[in-house]
Amino acid sequence: MADVTPIRTPAEQALAAAYDGARGTLPGKGAVASLREDAFKRFDAKGLPTRRVEEWKYTDLRTGLRQALPLAAPPDAAAKANAKDAGAVFASLKPRKLTFVDGAFVPELSDLTPEAGLSIGSMAEALTKGDAEVTAKLGKTFETDDIAVALNTALMGDGVVVRVAAGTALQRPLHLVFVTLTETSSFTRSLIVVERGAKVAIAESHEGVAAQVNTALELIVGDEAEVDYYKVVANRGVHLGSLMLSAGKRARFDTFVLNHDVGIVRNQSFVRFAGQHSKGAMRGVNLLRAEEHVDNTLLIEHAAAHCAGREQFKAVLDGESHSVFQGKIVVNPGAQKTDSKMMTRALLLSDKAEADNKPELEIFADDVVCGHGATAGALDPTLKFYLMSRGIDEAQAEALLIQAFIGETVEEIADEGFRDAIMNASLAWLATREVKP
Amino acid sequence: MSLLEIKNLHVEIEDEGKKILNGLNLTIEKGQVAAIMGPNGSGKSTLAYVLAGRPGYAVTEGEILLNGESILEMEPNERAAKGVFLAFQYPVEVPGVATMTFLRTALNAQRKLRGENEVSTPEFIKMVRETSDNLGIGQDMLRRGVNVGFSGGEKKRAEILQMAILQPRLAVLDETDSGLDIDALRIVSEGVNRLRSPERSMIVITHYQRLLDYIVPDVVHVMAKGRVVRSGGKELALELEANGYAQYTDEAA
Repeated sequence: MADVTPIRTPAEQALAAAYDGARGTLPGKGAVASLREDAFKRFDAKGLPTRRVEEWKYTDLRTGLRQALPLAAPPDAAAKANAKDAGAVFASLKPRKLTFVDGAFVPELSDLTPEAGLSIGSMAEALTKGDAEVTAKLGKTFETDDIAVALNTALMGDGVVVRVAAGTALQRPLHLVFVTLTETSSFTRSLIVVERGAKVAIAESHEGVAAQVNTALELIVGDEAEVDYYKVVANRGVHLGSLMLSAGKRARFDTFVLNHDVGIVRNQSFVRFAGQHSKGAMRGVNLLRAEEHVDNTLLIEHAAAHCAGREQFKAVLDGESHSVFQGKIVVNPGAQKTDSKMMTRALLLSDKAEADNKPELEIFADDVVCGHGATAGALDPTLKFYLMSRGIDEAQAEALLIQAFIGETVEEIADEGFRDAIMNASLAWLATREVKP
Repeated sequence: MSLLEIKNLHVEIEDEGKKILNGLNLTIEKGQVAAIMGPNGSGKSTLAYVLAGRPGYAVTEGEILLNGESILEMEPNERAAKGVFLAFQYPVEVPGVATMTFLRTALNAQRKLRGENEVSTPEFIKMVRETSDNLGIGQDMLRRGVNVGFSGGEKKRAEILQMAILQPRLAVLDETDSGLDIDALRIVSEGVNRLRSPERSMIVITHYQRLLDYIVPDVVHVMAKGRVVRSGGKELALELEANGYAQYTDEAA
């Protein structure tokens, strides 16, 4: 076959130029630089994913990302002042805020008061120093050829490096607050290591102007550790979020993602059950309208026996919005007694909205319980009539029914404070919904 | 003026064009308890739904006047605010919406439409507590989603609780006795009887005479083939119990 010179889109050219221009100044030399170089080559060879790439079938980045915005500059004092109150969605939990403005870690807006068993540092510093512990782990939590991750690795600027020492139960949740104040692109990479028997709640929120955010988190859940992770995406533009999670033995993790008032969002989770007898639940709610697009894609690998996985994702779709769920469960040979269930439900409030659902099971062990289910439908007219016959007007009746639909998933959040915060954010979205007569 | 006047009402099911009510005339006086009896398919439940404004039914002819005002163009919630209440034959489950929240939202929505003030929290809690105690509805049921996990009898009791809180002027009870054992029937009937008042009219729809031993009607109307074919006193119910509906289905044919 003759060599083909692929045609580069303006965005691909801009990303390549951005890497070219920044490679001398991006943090890290030696091993880090070659990690970047390899990642960039992967991107360079494949380009942005199109719908012909199976994993990105419903989120065509080549059309979604028409222009790549310039890399963000470090925020000035005025920008920092504007970001002071960001992260309000989780404020009621009085978390330890770690704030990023346009992708740069801002220590002044972060709570770095010491706590026993907790260490927090900047990823940029760790890369610059060539911190051996960090570089040894980076990209290893779940290795993937994914292009969004490759771009993140090539261009990663800052992020946090957190270590929760064995047996430590953190007093307050960590809250990674991401604010975009300029229409730029940013690439953040964080590494959180939760050691054996430690316990932590991690929140992450995204807000601000329509920017291009590529953020990745490597989350290592040690043996017998317990991790709750809550993410809220509420900004326009393009959000590419990658979670790479590896769970040890007898660990527990619960993740929840809420997406509302967004542009194009892709939340991809690469999860490995690496040790036996662990439990993991992943849930999410999309509240969409107009032409908003959210893609939640999971790849869950059962590499050890006796683990249980639960996935439940819901979408409320108005206008011409588009919700995508892709969930692939892989059960490796030997991962016997795996118990994995996946459920998605879409509530379509408009004829023009679209919900796509693609479950995949790849099972190479013979003694497992795996299942998936999906539903899509409109509001039940009988329920609506019942509520209205009691005096509740149409808009409020619909709001109550939507609340009930969302509530089924939100109620699964064990922590009351986070449950209320997520529900309140959902109700605030509902309150701004317009009901067509 | 009569509380409710239904004149020459013709109703079809919208999508099928199937005619259900066929020139029905019915008048309910203020404070009156009227039983409507009739065989299956005579249009009793359709009448209940059309009064409450359920979508899917087309009124092709006729009029429904509540206190002299036509309600045909009103939304179900507007009718509710005017005092219409339908106790459903099959109350639906609304998961995720707690009964207390639902009741309070409904009551305040009605009051707002009527230009009245919202009810205060202590006042509301007191109202609900008294009534729910009488109906044997526990606090745990009130905290659960509307009707979620309730037995058939509990659902019917919850309907009566809603009626007691919302204080309608016209209550339509659609086959409230269906699916109830004798104890549940007694509790529900007592709940209904407590709500009898010169200010409140009721339409009690039932297939069987049994319910009318507990809720004694002022008048009985017999429906067949989509209209009222006979009206009389409470003794009419006993006659129907003895002779069945055959003569009416033949007469109306």
